[in-house]
Amino acid sequence: MNITINGTSKELASAKNLSDIVNAFCKQSKHVITELNGTIVPRGQWAQTSLQEGDALELVTFVGGG
Amino acid sequence: MTDSPLVIAGKSFASRFLLGTGKFNNKKDLSQSIAASSSEIVTVALRRIDLERHEENILEYIPPQVTLLTNTSGARNAEEAVRIARLAKASGYGHWVKIEVINDSKYLLPDNHETIKATEILSAEGFVVLPYISPDLYTARALVKAGAATIMPLGSFIGSNQGLKTKEFIQVLLNEIDLPIVVDAGIGAPSQAAEAMEMGADAVLVNTAVATAQNPAVLAHAFAMAIEAGRLAYLSGLPLQQSDARASSPLTGFLYAKSDAN
Repeated sequence: MNITINGTSKELASAKNLSDIVNAFCKQSKHVITELNGTIVPRGQWAQTSLQEGDALELVTFVGGG
Repeated sequence: MTDSPLVIAGKSFASRFLLGTGKFNNKKDLSQSIAASSSEIVTVALRRIDLERHEENILEYIPPQVTLLTNTSGARNAEEAVRIARLAKASGYGHWVKIEVINDSKYLLPDNHETIKATEILSAEGFVVLPYISPDLYTARALVKAGAATIMPLGSFIGSNQGLKTKEFIQVLLNEIDLPIVVDAGIGAPSQAAEAMEMGADAVLVNTAVATAQNPAVLAHAFAMAIEAGRLAYLSGLPLQQSDARASSPLTGFLYAKSDAN
């Protein structure tokens, strides 16, 4: 299955839920915020959110800034 | 002399120094600078996670009692600023947002018009909105109407360390706008921060100067002292400048008679 994460195409071995994806791509999920196809997915819904072929996922977090 | 606290959106702050967290060489300098600044509000930005490089999250270095102010840097219009603000809020940390809308890559000046639009939308959604603007009276009035919590006029170009180039226009906002005025951008030295506070600014936000100093924590402390000194000077009722000399010592009872030469 192919999805786009943070603008980069990623091939996933099998269909996964959002919680699996976050854990696979982020060192720690604590401060991760997710947006799937333009809609914010709250942390509490990650496990119930399954990814589809062609989905666009944003994984964002806080960094230093002024 | 006792000062009243800085109040933003009903929340009281003893410190009038807001610190930005960008450009620090390392996390140790950052956490020491936050401590030395006594800042109770620090800004952060929101970015895509780098999937190739695992870095420790900046939030691990910001004390929990500090209010997090997420900026919308990277936004080129109101719509993008609103999206970034909503993402920050979804983290559970940030419903305080600094609106920063920039679409000019040379001068990095904020787009006041788009900033007003974003402020209207986000204030209505319950965000505490601190808009960053080029100092302009009509923009500031529109922002008051739009529900802004403060007005944050720039002192000079972002990251330029040029100080209060916009002083006269900030003075207009201080005279006319009944919201806290936080001078943001371009403040490169404690003397410049003190100057803003002596005018009656309610607070100052500094990032580049501290982050790029040889010893950031020392400069953070110096800024904190200057901001406090400037605030006290403002509260003291500074005497006006005079165009001629006024003797400080009595002009009577001289030991010597005034010479004829005078």
